[in-house]
Amino acid sequence: MTLPFLLEIGTEEIPDWMIPGALESLHLLFEKTGIPHESVRLDATPRRLVLRAEGLPGRQPDTEERLVGPAKSAPAQAVAGFARKQGVRPEDLIVESTPKGEYYGFIKKVKGRAIKEILAESLPGMILKIYFPKSMYWTGKGGPQFIRPIRWLVALLGDDVVPFELAGVRSGALSAGHRRLGSPEIALTIDDYEQRLRDHYVILSAEERRDRIRGHFDGLHVKADPALLETLVYLTEYPTTISGGFDEQFLELPEEVLVTVMRHHQKYFSVEDASGKLAAKFVAVMNIESDPQGYVRSGNERVLRARFNDARFFWETDQKKKLADRLPDLAHITFQAKLGSYLEKTERVITKAQELGGDAAALRAAELCKCDLTTELVKEFTELQGVVGGLYAQVQGEPEPVWQAIYDHYKPESMEDAIPRNRSGRIVALADKLDTLTGCFGVGLIPTGSRDPFALRRAAQGVVKIIVEGKLEISLEKYLTDGALREFLGDRVRYYFKEIRGFKYDEVNACMAAGWSGLVDLEARLVRVQNLRSSPDFEPLAASFKRIKNILEQAKFTGAGMIDAGLLESGPEQELYEEYKKISGQPIEKVISRLRPKVDLFFDKVLVNAKDERVRQNRLTLLGTLLQEFSTIADFSEIVTTS
Amino acid sequence: MQSFQEVILKLKHYWADRGCILQEPYDIEVGAGTMCPETFLRVLGPKPYRVAYVQPSRRPADGRYGDNPNRLYKHSQLQVILKPSPADVIEQYLGSLEAIGIDLKQHDIKFEEDNWEAPTLGAWGVGWQVMLDGLEITQFTYFQQCGGIDLDLVPAELTYGLERLCAFLQVKDSVYEVEWATGFSYGDVRYMDELQYSVYNFELADIPTLWKLFELHESEATRLLSLYDPKSAQKKRFPLLPTYDQVLKCSNLFNTLDSRGAISVTERVGVIQRVRRLAVGVAQAWVDQQQEASAAQGAQ
Repeated sequence: MTLPFLLEIGTEEIPDWMIPGALESLHLLFEKTGIPHESVRLDATPRRLVLRAEGLPGRQPDTEERLVGPAKSAPAQAVAGFARKQGVRPEDLIVESTPKGEYYGFIKKVKGRAIKEILAESLPGMILKIYFPKSMYWTGKGGPQFIRPIRWLVALLGDDVVPFELAGVRSGALSAGHRRLGSPEIALTIDDYEQRLRDHYVILSAEERRDRIRGHFDGLHVKADPALLETLVYLTEYPTTISGGFDEQFLELPEEVLVTVMRHHQKYFSVEDASGKLAAKFVAVMNIESDPQGYVRSGNERVLRARFNDARFFWETDQKKKLADRLPDLAHITFQAKLGSYLEKTERVITKAQELGGDAAALRAAELCKCDLTTELVKEFTELQGVVGGLYAQVQGEPEPVWQAIYDHYKPESMEDAIPRNRSGRIVALADKLDTLTGCFGVGLIPTGSRDPFALRRAAQGVVKIIVEGKLEISLEKYLTDGALREFLGDRVRYYFKEIRGFKYDEVNACMAAGWSGLVDLEARLVRVQNLRSSPDFEPLAASFKRIKNILEQAKFTGAGMIDAGLLESGPEQELYEEYKKISGQPIEKVISRLRPKVDLFFDKVLVNAKDERVRQNRLTLLGTLLQEFSTIADFSEIVTTS
Repeated sequence: MQSFQEVILKLKHYWADRGCILQEPYDIEVGAGTMCPETFLRVLGPKPYRVAYVQPSRRPADGRYGDNPNRLYKHSQLQVILKPSPADVIEQYLGSLEAIGIDLKQHDIKFEEDNWEAPTLGAWGVGWQVMLDGLEITQFTYFQQCGGIDLDLVPAELTYGLERLCAFLQVKDSVYEVEWATGFSYGDVRYMDELQYSVYNFELADIPTLWKLFELHESEATRLLSLYDPKSAQKKRFPLLPTYDQVLKCSNLFNTLDSRGAISVTERVGVIQRVRRLAVGVAQAWVDQQQEASAAQGAQ
């Protein structure tokens, strides 16, 4: 007979974004206990982490333990002693023959322990091991740590409570309902658990809460926002949508500002009209069943009105001082203690934009791009940095390439995000990111593990994406002199081409080994190598190149000297040389099918290690020249061949 | 309709019924109720304590000359400290909202993660901002560290933004329209504060004078701290509370200088460090002094 198991960890409100990870961690920890079970299901609301498993045995199976005692030849006293220790008579012992001779032994039957007992022992430790990015004390210094205080524990195996205590809380069969719509104490069984919660206004399944939100958009065109939806799913136990509106006059404010206020500050969904333009409406999600009096709607509308009024006030105040006039104020804003103010950063960005070949628009944008950090609107809505600068530059009559460059210069914010839309924007974005990277690496602020406070990974990723997708013929050589930065950028280049662009890792290694300071060139070479790979001659030739490389390395060949045609042996060596002369300077794609048989034949028939030193050197020179000729596109010896 | 002062009275009553000492506001300028000795020093050490007080909290940079309906130089915080925090602390908190007439079956309450940190105090905690129909009305924090010291008992700190809360209850779009008492609006009582302090903080505060004052208070605090002797038999008499006052003065002067745009990039981090060093020094000495005091009490 098997039993179902239920564990509910009742807590105070857990930060929404940590919940999915906590469930994953809980699942892994449960599997690690080794308790057999058929299926596991995990659920959570802000106030509970729940694990349900089916098919647990009541007990562990009984096992046998073989104990070896004294040798058969041992004195009777020793045998009796061994038997006494096992609690049996000497005649109950068995005799076992081992390679070392015959020994007395005993088969001890170990009764399997009750699973309930094992659970009671392992659950407290398991619960406290659940991973959270940040945790707290609540019972006092040195007490247990968890993401938020644990307030109740339900642990049932079948009909029985699995008894244990954690942080002063005893496990039981009592859960808690919704904070105000439900009862603080709900008696339950495993069978009626989910229904009992539902009766007390807790929807346990995240999927159901998600559907409940999505299914009630009242026929409005709600802007899809999966991240916000997840936040709301894990911020509520009984989500109900309400729609509200705001004064149409606020639509005069930039859409970016309105959406940011609604999304980031109020956690509302934005609504579009039939033509796809922002409508003067929003959808909010509350954690109660209904709003019959309209209190919640009107409350939210008032908060939004106040926020929009603030935004409008900031927008108007900011217009009183042009972006260009704000430049000196940047001296008061720190970029990083050792790297100075944003004014100093701006100066460096201008210089870099110039070095990178930025035009007049790029230089103007570089000069103005950080000025919005002094505006009220950005102080209030920091996530709109760049965007606000761009909007102000537009209003203040800066030409389109300039304001767009300012607007876009933090892009791309992720691998999925687009790069800046015009060339000036790309140059400014690059200059800004390269300055941050070289600056931080220069003062030793190098990301380690998950610690990356200056988001240098994102910056480096942005550099790669902008150069490649913006087709910028820019050499990174200057930035690759610092060994740590070189390695860091190299990792990002590798990541980009492998994970985002789908090149094989050996293709990336091969092409990068032939240089990667020009990323557009690297991309072109990668495409060539990828295409070459379909040729039947490619892998064998790559294998030959690897062989050549090994031979040259073993011979410590320095690559000096010219090929002396007079020393070439007629036959395969001569033929390879003739072929080389014919194809030299041509792209490898055109000649691969002709070259491969010659190389194969050479290795088949010719001994590189000739007795005559001059002949040997000449052969090495021939191979070295050949390798060099085709290694400008990639180091083919890096290609992993199947043969 | 409940006036501003009625809401305060009800909340104070509610928390007094739950064992809180009712304190009056501290009489030195502070940026938040947390900085008052009743919180900053009382949360240290192993002694349970419960206190509630309304603290006018001054944020020079937030002043708007009385023009902005929601932003104030000086707002009023109701600060509640429950040390250690009881297991039903959230229920007690929700009960306080019901005590001022908010029906939580008809209003939407959410607890959204918001961790608190005060670098100048060497203090941090984890908790939430409490949202009522989309409006942030309370900061709820479980203190973890104060003055750089791990706390023996974990206190819950509830900080109610009284102006916002009352504007919500009275359905007013502007704080200045909130009824303070019958016949008197918030604007009647506080508008001049907002206007005049904004003028002073943004326009007239004399930067060299403020720096001089900062240095005077700093050196007085430093001097006092250097005199504290943990081995002295007389250390119970040592004036740590007045020393802490000097630190509070420094903190407010720092905020005023900051709003005046007088603190340069390079200085800023350094000045925060200077204030923090003093706050941490007082906290450490206070813990030492209290240990001695409680040991002596135990012996009697």
